[in-house]
Amino acid sequence: MSSELIRQDEVTIRFVGDSGDGMQLTGTQFTETTAKVGNDLATFPDFPAEIRAPAGSRAGVSGFQVHFSSHDIYTPGDAPSVLVAMNPAALITNYMDLQPGGIILVNTGAFTDKDLKKAALDSNPLTDGTLSGFRVIEEDINQRTMEALADMGLGKKDVLRCKNFYTLGMVYWLYSRPMEPTLEWLKVKFAKKPELIEANSRALKAGYNHGELLRLFQGRYEVPKVTDAPKGHYRNIMGNEGVAIGLVAGAKLAGLDPFLGSYPITPATDILQYMALMKNHNVITCQMEDEIAGICTAIGASYAGRLGMTTTSGPGLALKTEAAGLAVMTELPLVIVNVQRGGPSTGLPTKVEQSDLLQSLFGRNGECPLPVVACACPADAFDSAVEACRIATQYMTPVILLSDNYIANGAEPWKLPAMEDLKPFPVDHPTDPEGFSPYTRDEKLARNWAVPGTPGLEHRVGGLEKDAKTGDVSYDPDNHDIMTETREAKILGIRDSIPTPPLNGEATGELLVVGWGSTYGATRAAVERMQKEGVKATLLHMRHLWPLPHGLLEIFQGFDRVVVPEMNRGQLAKLLKMEYPGITFEPFSKMKGKPFQARELKAHFEELLEDKS
Amino acid sequence: MSEVQQLKAKDFKSDQEVKWCPGCGDYSILSCVQSTLASVGVQKENVVFVSGIGCSSRFPYYMDTYGIHSIHGRANAIATGVKVANPELDVWVITGDGDGLSIGGNHMIHSLRRNVDMKVVLFNNEIYGLTKGQYSPTSPQGLKTKTSPYGSVDAPFNPIQLALGAGSTFVARTMDVSPKHMKDTLGIAAEHKGAAFVEVWQNCVIFNHDCFKGWTEKAVRDEATINLKAGEPMVYGKDKDKGLRFDGFKVVICSPEEAAIWDPSEASPAAAFMLIQMDNDPGMPRPMGVLRQVEAPTLEGLIHEQLSTVTDKRGDGELKDLLYTADVWEVE
Ligand code: SF4
Repeated sequence: MSSELIRQDEVTIRFVGDSGDGMQLTGTQFTETTAKVGNDLATFPDFPAEIRAPAGSRAGVSGFQVHFSSHDIYTPGDAPSVLVAMNPAALITNYMDLQPGGIILVNTGAFTDKDLKKAALDSNPLTDGTLSGFRVIEEDINQRTMEALADMGLGKKDVLRCKNFYTLGMVYWLYSRPMEPTLEWLKVKFAKKPELIEANSRALKAGYNHGELLRLFQGRYEVPKVTDAPKGHYRNIMGNEGVAIGLVAGAKLAGLDPFLGSYPITPATDILQYMALMKNHNVITCQMEDEIAGICTAIGASYAGRLGMTTTSGPGLALKTEAAGLAVMTELPLVIVNVQRGGPSTGLPTKVEQSDLLQSLFGRNGECPLPVVACACPADAFDSAVEACRIATQYMTPVILLSDNYIANGAEPWKLPAMEDLKPFPVDHPTDPEGFSPYTRDEKLARNWAVPGTPGLEHRVGGLEKDAKTGDVSYDPDNHDIMTETREAKILGIRDSIPTPPLNGEATGELLVVGWGSTYGATRAAVERMQKEGVKATLLHMRHLWPLPHGLLEIFQGFDRVVVPEMNRGQLAKLLKMEYPGITFEPFSKMKGKPFQARELKAHFEELLEDKS
Repeated sequence: MSEVQQLKAKDFKSDQEVKWCPGCGDYSILSCVQSTLASVGVQKENVVFVSGIGCSSRFPYYMDTYGIHSIHGRANAIATGVKVANPELDVWVITGDGDGLSIGGNHMIHSLRRNVDMKVVLFNNEIYGLTKGQYSPTSPQGLKTKTSPYGSVDAPFNPIQLALGAGSTFVARTMDVSPKHMKDTLGIAAEHKGAAFVEVWQNCVIFNHDCFKGWTEKAVRDEATINLKAGEPMVYGKDKDKGLRFDGFKVVICSPEEAAIWDPSEASPAAAFMLIQMDNDPGMPRPMGVLRQVEAPTLEGLIHEQLSTVTDKRGDGELKDLLYTADVWEVE
């Protein structure tokens, strides 16, 4: 008895439940399977900062959104078409985001009076009309799971732990996904606990069969795989993993071994965790006593000839500030990754924001310029990390690589570069003592990188100003002037090695949208939709935030209006105003700890354009 | 490796003019370190001196080796990075009581507990010299300085106790006015495989002159201190007429014949803790020399061992392996 398949082009599902309900796992499994089916996808996990917020409370709601389709997509979707809610708190905090007429699958097993009270609800949203206008599918998933596992001899608590797999089974049926990838995954995951393989597999299959047998849904959907995807090899990638792989690849392309000195901090910790697994690539990771020790060990390692790296988030970058200045002064290569989160102070540790741009550019004592590069999306994390390594080693400078929580934990298919497209940029350490000075510079103004162990090249570096020629400590006024200008000119010179960013759209028009970082998916979707409607809108997305690439002024001059959407109070807009005083940049700010939605951007852009006429 | 030459102390001198105050205890330490390097027979290119900020931290500029004069308090962390990145290097940290125990206290304890193979020489002058005379974390209570005009109310750290507590595998103490003792002590430290913490009592002639005089002056030194030597009885005094032995949790004075044999390689640091407690008792001598010397695996050793074990198991990682993993699919 199988239902008729209804074809859909794209679907957005949001799984929401209590932190303990395993929604992140459900979402990731759905994502992995969907990638294997051949859909394009983008995901957005949204979890609370409190790992153990009271069960059933609104503060403890954890969510995972996945957007998949049969064509190229750029965002995890604006409004979900399906909401899977495991308890009242999850339902009440999420239903309003759903598309009109969307499907809500609710676990009624968690809707007792006590559950409603935990969610601070006076009445039951399932019966009080709250959900009118949506297609609500009620199912006592707790009960169904217990029935499915009745004869397994597991305790009630253990049985209920499997309810997310029951739910996943139902959703697999609804979107005609195969169960095999998850069944295989369970076998590996619980290799040592066969009873858990059995329990979760049974729950998954029971959920799937339940969907089929009872025809819970009026129709079943199919999202055909992408057929026009560019040829090549793909893998599903999360931003933090992409950065980790990119950093190691970048070091290899420089002919160096990487050293990561770090300290755990949300949402950057995964990078350290991924790199700790890469020991057969000669990757050294040190989890240090604090953020400062993280960057300081990396500086020490760079001095000794490895490529030093450190990973952190906003508050950690603040702690690393003084040491970053030391790396600028000693002109040692170093990659500092900042996975941004909501600030200031501890702020919103698990939410997204782009508010560390100005900190990255200017947050150091003295005249202390360093290059800043930003990832656009999970699939861009690798290239951006390699680029950060290239600049660090070719220009002998610390580089800040900006990512954010949305990129870090989001996932999408990543088209792997062909190996021959990864061009090496080998580092050359001097060995000849004849006329050696640590401050001899190449044509890019990068200084000599002599490493300890090299006879005859003994030299001292440090935080005190150095003589431009000998490298000895110097308090000479003219020398300080020269060294300040040299350090600045070296960084500005990087722009000769970076391209003018490509335009998505025509070179002139009514509206130019300038973006950076993780706004990429939403700005691109919004701009392309407007282009389809005949609006002369163009997107300029920037990877290099400092130095700014050549050719920007000419681009800006080609448009009536230039708008800069950012998840901050207009930080890139401020920088651009400073650098291009003749142009009017209109900031569009969002400070909600959530990414932009394509539709809100489009609405804003349209309003801007109407305004003019 | 190029041909190995036997270097002399002067070979380790850089061409930079030494700029400490005339009479400062730092001069003696500089020359003792240079002689120590010559006597243990290292090559200049394999030596890295790392320092933080303070009078003592100018030290790397005066050494014709590799060196980093870094930022306040962070020398231990930077040195850890140097040593882990290249375990072949001889890494020395030069720090002071302010740099190493105040702003850098955290990195100090953690680098010691991790047993990074580096020599940490802490110049203790119980004062901030470079900022011109403020009390430090080792200044005695009551010390009048510019920031404690009515006497310091802070209880001080005892550097040796701190290093023992942090699990340092080598802990020793020496003084600027006894170059022989300092060279002997630094020599043992240099041969130690692991974190070696050496406190040097260093006289700051300008801001805390003679603060160790009651123990270091020739006339009183033999009575006021005891030089601990591994495998030898704990005897002291001008005529070696006094001994020390342990009585419960205390150290007591006894005849030289009754004196206990000193063993810094004892697994438990208890005896060393008891000896350092004598610092607080005016009737007892202060212990000098090696208080602890035990063997333990080093951080960099363990890290590189893991790298080889995993590489042996999984094979040398190629760039391609990083990207093209098992879960790759192809679109044709
Ligand atoms: S201020 Fe004191 S410690 Fe500093 S150089 Fe002068 S005498 Fe030495």
